[in-house]
Amino acid sequence: MSQDRIRNFSIIAHIDHGKSTLADRILEVTDTVSGREMREQLLDSMDLERERGITIKAQAVRVLWKGHQLNLIDTPGHVDFTYEVSRSLQACEGAVLVVDAAQGVEAQTVANAYLAIENNLELLAVVNKIDLPAADPDGAAAEIAELIGGAAEDVLRISAKTGQGIEAVLDAVIERIPSPAGTAEAPPRALIFDSSYDQYRGVVAFVRAVDGTFRTGEGVQAMAQGTRFEAEELGFFSPTMRAAEALEAGEVGYVITGLKDVSRLRVGDTLTTRENPAAKPLPGYKDVKPMVFSGLFPTDSDEYPNLRDALEKLKLNDGALIYEPETSQALGFGFRCGFLGLLHMEIVRERLEREFDLDLLVTAPNVAYQVVTLVGSEVEVHNPADMPPDIERVEEPYIRASIIVPKEYVGPVMELANDRRGRFDHMEYLSEERAVLIYELPLAEVVVDFYDQLKSRTRGYASFDYDIVGFREGNLVKLDVLIAGEPVDALSLIIHRDSAYGKGRALVDRLREEIPRQMFDVPVQAAIGSRVIARETIKAKRKDVLAKCYGGDITRKRKLLEQQKKGKKRMKQVGAVEVPQEAFLAVLNLNDNGR
Amino acid sequence: MSGVRHLYVHLPFCAHRCGYCDFVTVVGRRGEHGPYVQALLAELELERPLLAPRLETVFVGGGTPTFTDEHELRRLLSALPPAAEVTVEANPETVTPEMATLLLECGVNRVSLGVQTFDSALLSVLDRVARPDDVRRAFYHLRDARFDNISLDLIYGIPGQSSAALDADIEKALALGPEHLSCYELEAKPGTRFTHRHGEELGRQAEALEGYFERVVERLTEAGYRWYETANFCRPPQADGGLDLRSQHNLAYWLGRDYVGIGIGAVSTVSGLRWRNTPRLPVYTAVLAQGEAPPRELEELTGDVRRRERVMLGLRLDEPLLLDGLAPVMDAEALSRMERLELVARNADEGGGETLTLTPRGRLLGGGVTVELLA
Repeated sequence: MSQDRIRNFSIIAHIDHGKSTLADRILEVTDTVSGREMREQLLDSMDLERERGITIKAQAVRVLWKGHQLNLIDTPGHVDFTYEVSRSLQACEGAVLVVDAAQGVEAQTVANAYLAIENNLELLAVVNKIDLPAADPDGAAAEIAELIGGAAEDVLRISAKTGQGIEAVLDAVIERIPSPAGTAEAPPRALIFDSSYDQYRGVVAFVRAVDGTFRTGEGVQAMAQGTRFEAEELGFFSPTMRAAEALEAGEVGYVITGLKDVSRLRVGDTLTTRENPAAKPLPGYKDVKPMVFSGLFPTDSDEYPNLRDALEKLKLNDGALIYEPETSQALGFGFRCGFLGLLHMEIVRERLEREFDLDLLVTAPNVAYQVVTLVGSEVEVHNPADMPPDIERVEEPYIRASIIVPKEYVGPVMELANDRRGRFDHMEYLSEERAVLIYELPLAEVVVDFYDQLKSRTRGYASFDYDIVGFREGNLVKLDVLIAGEPVDALSLIIHRDSAYGKGRALVDRLREEIPRQMFDVPVQAAIGSRVIARETIKAKRKDVLAKCYGGDITRKRKLLEQQKKGKKRMKQVGAVEVPQEAFLAVLNLNDNGR
Repeated sequence: MSGVRHLYVHLPFCAHRCGYCDFVTVVGRRGEHGPYVQALLAELELERPLLAPRLETVFVGGGTPTFTDEHELRRLLSALPPAAEVTVEANPETVTPEMATLLLECGVNRVSLGVQTFDSALLSVLDRVARPDDVRRAFYHLRDARFDNISLDLIYGIPGQSSAALDADIEKALALGPEHLSCYELEAKPGTRFTHRHGEELGRQAEALEGYFERVVERLTEAGYRWYETANFCRPPQADGGLDLRSQHNLAYWLGRDYVGIGIGAVSTVSGLRWRNTPRLPVYTAVLAQGEAPPRELEELTGDVRRRERVMLGLRLDEPLLLDGLAPVMDAEALSRMERLELVARNADEGGGETLTLTPRGRLLGGGVTVELLA
């Protein structure tokens, strides 16, 4: 189809503001699905594809409206996938920004709107749920106008639930969103904005053709990674998979690659043909790097092989997940895993526990550090235990956080952000009632309990989103914990020098409570390098006997001792000291308010 | 097989059940005393082939043996095989001059008196019937009847017991000059009514209680008693070659000898086989009335289990444990570690073998040390 009859767009919204419902209505109104076929949140359903023996979620659906081809591109809904979201947005020329008429602008609205603006998209603002009794469409529209500029009157008012105003949205997409502007005669180039894995057909890439034409059966190459494959099938979703002979400039669709390894095809890379290769890839490819790390250990050490298999399977569908074996004195065999962010970590952990029925111990997360040693070599450190001893300087990742709160909580939020080494950037009032605060914060200060603290200090009203802005030098030290003089790997932390004393004290106090008394005095110390900053002693036991042992029932006494022996075997040996696994967990969760 | 020299007889009857007690006991049921003693005698007849003609020890425990109907008690004691040491457990309130005479007449030569404490308030906490005066009176009745081997049972670590109260208990016990003392720390089993009632108090006392065991050992050894087993103390033999005042019966358990136990819940260990009688009184009496052995739980003791028990029990004693043949169940690495911590000492024995002795501090931590040492 000629490019001036094509529109590519996304729907962006804060969670639960109605993105999926709007997508469903669009499919209905355009007769892409009949009412009988219509099911709630079709874009999120995998069952349809399953009927065809293939389990690929539709990432982009093609609908026809008044002689135009509209491609609705789904975006991952969460902040950790900012990079993926931005790739999806890059495949579009415009975005429908949906805001709940009762809730108004939220943190994700802000983050997504900024991303869309950064990607030069035309924003089409929509206030949804105007049918709700609590709806305040004018207030929400005013907040949007404040956020993205423009007039509140231009904001569309709809109810995705009742269908009111949907046609006007589609008309506006055609009128206000620009058509694609690629070159149809140029060597083919397509942006991979998402990918999926199917066990029968391998990696399926979701692409936006920018220039030229791709044809089924052609030899294709990913320009940044150099991966080569044959385009086994091209096509699009409408809403089910429809094979097509070709994908032309401006169109959105899928490519079945037959590749068996998701990591060989990265989101953001550019596809071209081997026959007529493009000279330059599309801009913007970057290798996404995990920023948050944590150790995953099976509670039952026999489950280690199952955890390994589960991670292998997850990895097939999640190219961003990385992992490597880790051995901890305290927790035994496990894996150190890298995640894009906190939510990604939560999702992986949940999938491992739910889909693979694993019982996991997850250590407190830490961030990636870039370390320059005294001899000038640079290393990236993912585990405090791996910190080199001779450090020149350490850089840590920083985020730009947008926090939206009712104005009465601005004070508590600033206090929290300042406590966490935050640098205030600016504040704007979205309305008389609500403000957005922009802070730069070290990611390390956010990974453990920042969100919980934020929620509890604002009685749940704050919404929060962030993106990574780069690495910066920090006054960071490695805090070691020594039990009876032995450093304990699992308890090492990288921490800002100013909080080292307090944290060291807390660790040592907690360990003194958690480690049972031994047959000798056990000193517990927190140290920076060779300097001890906190110390406690677990006093030796004075008594440990089975009081009574008479009458002939020796079996019972023997079993008691055997029970104790078993209990000991579950303990972790740190030098001569036996430390129960629970003690490590208590300490690892020191900052974790039950999350 | 006819060589077992130690016999235990269980008399389960009690006037009431004390809150902390976890023995097999039966409250009241006066009417059952006769049939039960009849059953005991029947079981004794069944087991007699296992027993040596003359025994080293007989121990009649409970329950409260001296609460048993006097006629039935006499009938039982008279029927038991003769032995060098015959012990009967007694509660102070049951020891009248008549009871003392009965015991003596029936060949009993050692009485173990369940004192627990001399403190009236603490006696109530333990649900004990006896008052402090009953305790002393019982002791005097036994002495008047010429008993020259009396043991007192004390319990320490009672909810609300201060260290001063502990000292007072020890002094009052010492003032009576018993030949033998057993001092047990109170065990509050989780989930029992006693723990429910007193657990909080015990929690508050926990730190102070740690020192009580040490204090008991210190005070009794100062007074000249021999700390011959973790919880047991005796006067040393008289200079003129007097009796070894250790409990010879309990020593048999600790040294791994064979023994036969009769009565409900009683345990026997003979030639590597251990069995435990049903704890149910009606079943026991009914089956034995038919001349059959009572239902029993059987356990075969493998060589390693016997060796483990040997270590577990042997290390409770003050005499060196001969390590000969015990290597398979010992953790050599732990042994060296315990040695470095000065909790155990290894020595050569006259026969050229190696022995193991716990140091005084090692004995205070004996349970933990044993757990370490066993592979």
